[in-house]
Amino acid sequence: MKILRSCIVALTIALIPSLAGAIFVEERLTDPAKEERVREIADDIRCLVCQNQSIMDSNADLAKDLRAIVRERVAAGDSDDQVKEFLLVRYGDWVLLKPPFRMRTLILWLGPFAVFIGGAIATFLFLRRRSAPAGASQKAKPLSKEEQAAFDALMAEEDQK
Amino acid sequence: MRFGFLAPVLTFAVIAAVMAYALFFLDPKEIPTELAGKPAPEFKLEAVPNHGPGLETDHLKKGKVTLLNVFASWCVACLAEHPTLMDLKKNGQVEIFGLNYKDQPAAADKWLNKHGDPYTRTGMDRNGRVGINFGVYGVPETFIMGPDGKILDKIIGPITEEDLKKKILPRLAGNNS
Repeated sequence: MKILRSCIVALTIALIPSLAGAIFVEERLTDPAKEERVREIADDIRCLVCQNQSIMDSNADLAKDLRAIVRERVAAGDSDDQVKEFLLVRYGDWVLLKPPFRMRTLILWLGPFAVFIGGAIATFLFLRRRSAPAGASQKAKPLSKEEQAAFDALMAEEDQK
Repeated sequence: MRFGFLAPVLTFAVIAAVMAYALFFLDPKEIPTELAGKPAPEFKLEAVPNHGPGLETDHLKKGKVTLLNVFASWCVACLAEHPTLMDLKKNGQVEIFGLNYKDQPAAADKWLNKHGDPYTRTGMDRNGRVGINFGVYGVPETFIMGPDGKILDKIIGPITEEDLKKKILPRLAGNNS
């Protein structure tokens, strides 16, 4: 048990740095507000090498260069949109982790809602159809004479027991 | 509703078809260049020592189709396409310019001496900024430059036989006339 416990401790210690989140900072901007903006922008920019990581999370060389560019542009007084535009003209919509709402991305943005609404309609129709026969059977024609006789006989048999 | 039972089967078939297409025909690593049809960004770079004159934007406006190949001595995949570039040079089909991406001058010089130099001109992009202006995100990449210095197309990764036949050679037809 002692070994097991020390293993757990070791593992916990090993995992602590990763919980803190990897932040790569080469040279911060001296103005903390600007540095904060840099990080917010960089969080939204996709690293082109390790796709699905933002350039803030990636330690790829290109991500490092792009972070430096974001810092440069922010320091030069660019707005957030201007910085993104700078990268957009070079790498396309693809560099944004959150794709912009455009004709090309319409399916991406509206697709899930369309599927949801379609599913809701299908479910509604399905449930209504399933309950319909139950309602119809209440107005079903009455038993025929033979059926009624057989039914009565069975019930009488049941009563005798 | 006799064929209602087919609905799940059809749904599955459609999803499977989309996924098969994405698996075999789409490469998530290939991000098409945003710069196609746009003029090359402005730059002016010094040459790799001993390897031709330096390179600047104006050299890409040759009135002919040219290639701008992004390479580096540290790039293993570059070796794969190097024979293709050497062949193009040998046949005199097209002028190739080398953009030496984030490399050490001495290492680049040594690499070109060892493997051969297919480039008419080279430019050292020491800090990778020219590469970023071109939208480079990996090495090698090859830009096919139009006669007016506009980017026609980009090949990501080593130039394959297919790239050569479909993207490069057809565009060179007008070069010899």
